[in-house]
Amino acid sequence: MKFALYTGCVARGATRELMVSTMKTADALGIDFVEMKSAACCGAGVLSEQSPILADALNARTISQAAKQDLDMITICSTCQGNLKKTECKLDSDEEYREKINHVLKDGGHQYTTGKTKIKHFANILATPEGLKLLKEKMKRPLTGLKVAAFYGCYVLRPSGLSDFEDPDNPTGLEDIFSALGATPVFYDGRTKCCGFPIVMMNKEASHKMAGNALVDAIESGADVVVTGCPLCHLSLDSYQPEIDQLRQKGYEIPILHLPQLVALALGHSPRELDMHKHIVSVKELEVKLS
Amino acid sequence: MSVIKIKRYNPEKRKDSYFQEFNVDLQPGSTLLDVLNEIKWEQDGTLTHRMSCRSAICGSCGVKANGHATLACQKQAEFLLDKKTDSITVEPLGNMPVIKDLVTDFKQFWEKVDQVKPFLKNESSPPEKERSQSPEEFKLIDDSSTCIMCGACYSDCNVLEVDDKFLGPAALAKAQRFVGDSRDEATLERVKELSEPGGIWDCTHCGECVERCPKPAQPFYRIKEIMTVALEKGVHDNNGARHALSFTKSVKSSGLLNENTLPVESMGFTNIKGLLELVPVGLRMLLKGKVPPIFHKPCGELNDVKRIFKELDQ
Ligand code: SF4
Ligand code: SF4
Ligand code: SF4
Ligand code: SF4
Ligand code: FES
Repeated sequence: MKFALYTGCVARGATRELMVSTMKTADALGIDFVEMKSAACCGAGVLSEQSPILADALNARTISQAAKQDLDMITICSTCQGNLKKTECKLDSDEEYREKINHVLKDGGHQYTTGKTKIKHFANILATPEGLKLLKEKMKRPLTGLKVAAFYGCYVLRPSGLSDFEDPDNPTGLEDIFSALGATPVFYDGRTKCCGFPIVMMNKEASHKMAGNALVDAIESGADVVVTGCPLCHLSLDSYQPEIDQLRQKGYEIPILHLPQLVALALGHSPRELDMHKHIVSVKELEVKLS
Repeated sequence: MSVIKIKRYNPEKRKDSYFQEFNVDLQPGSTLLDVLNEIKWEQDGTLTHRMSCRSAICGSCGVKANGHATLACQKQAEFLLDKKTDSITVEPLGNMPVIKDLVTDFKQFWEKVDQVKPFLKNESSPPEKERSQSPEEFKLIDDSSTCIMCGACYSDCNVLEVDDKFLGPAALAKAQRFVGDSRDEATLERVKELSEPGGIWDCTHCGECVERCPKPAQPFYRIKEIMTVALEKGVHDNNGARHALSFTKSVKSSGLLNENTLPVESMGFTNIKGLLELVPVGLRMLLKGKVPPIFHKPCGELNDVKRIFKELDQ
């Protein structure tokens, strides 16, 4: 299996541990990821506030770069996934718009062609029957007894028309992965909600309340750890966790892992190899549970 | 027989709400509203719900089915069945007080719609014939005009769950109806007001309103359209606008997002209180070695990215 890997900005910046664990997971599973070094930012739904066509042009350029290598694309960020899919959908459903974008791309040597490249979140290739089988084959340390709560990230679920999950209102893809790794999935209402990250600069109180509600829900449903497929959610749930009032009041704390970190743990890597010591919330208790 | 679990509430009889189960033989093609009516007419006349048109036009039959807002008359019951339990859970809309059973109080919803001044503002004397609209001009307000005020978006909005001062998706979609109207003369005044706290920049991109909206109104996309107009009109003195501008500047200069400059530029250099709020999280991340590289490395073929910005006049 060979894919073009769209890293996104945050996995190269504040959450580099996501990149480290993604590459380790791919290696252990025998998946070949070719990093897309010339791809631009997906715009995170923010660039399009300034100019929708600008965001679409940059994303069309990115998609055509993968197409040029005859590769499907993998994202490791829910937000990147959602925004690239949004561009894809707009271009595929509007020929005039597609031509307009291709006109802009032409001088850079890029052209967008409908249907040439599939865009998938890493979770969505692991949560297939083949992916789950592969995980079971390569697993070295089953995560038996670990109670894992998923936090999906809005952009891989909504709008549902752009989602790869079978039932985006009630998805089970991440939980299927946890089960394949021997862990016990924890289902809770907050798993499909927003973490509040996009408004942390505009309405901090509301943002932290959203993250807090979801985490309290996960903890009170019995989770040992929360796992997310979105590095922005990770910032909201991990980096900001000490500031979240609902948790402070109850004396709660819960480690947050990136999906590839959890997978790589089961594939035999140590927390340190996966840079988990860089998280704000300590993973010590998790290590104890696993040993 | 399928089970319909309905959340009941009647403060005259009992203080708290509770679930009541009804057994119904679902007919193929029956809508959820048909099922509610059947229960009311044949099993329990005290069940209270709203309806009128039965064809997704009046917007009165909004309820939560299996936890998500929908028009009861627009969904066929058999497709809502949870296969494992052969049941459907029906609750009143969220983010509003419940009056009785499935009937909620839309007072705050309407107050917020009023707040965006949902009427055309044009003081100039009328032309001889009509104030015409080209098809292109109409296209800008076509989607937001389709809103039927059902409250489905409002019910499931993730921000409203934690902050009831947020104007919310329906009012903001209605606002776009006039911000985008070529005949309206108050665009600047509108986008200024909509950029205040509780307005467009408080939307968290959760997409629930797009998912629940039964019409093309799809508020989140309308909110983004207002944002674009606000930025164009130079309404930049708020964290949301500064955030978008800083983000764009970063991608323009490096092809990628610079996470070091974004928070500071979003707060604004003169916003001491805001800047101080960034200190704890910044320090925590610094101590863990979680900061992005100080020398922000641009993406490859940066010239092509810059060329695209230029070609699109950005
Ligand atoms: S969503 Fe975030 S990480 Fe993904 S490319 Fe955009 S800015 Fe970068
Ligand atoms: S949960 Fe928050 S950060 Fe994550 S995808 Fe949704 S909006 Fe983005
Ligand atoms: S996208 Fe914005 S307006 Fe729509 S439901 Fe989410 S937070 Fe509310
Ligand atoms: S925007 Fe859509 S969901 Fe919201 S009130 Fe209007 S029609 Fe209903
Ligand atoms: S009864 Fe009118 S919209 Fe459902």
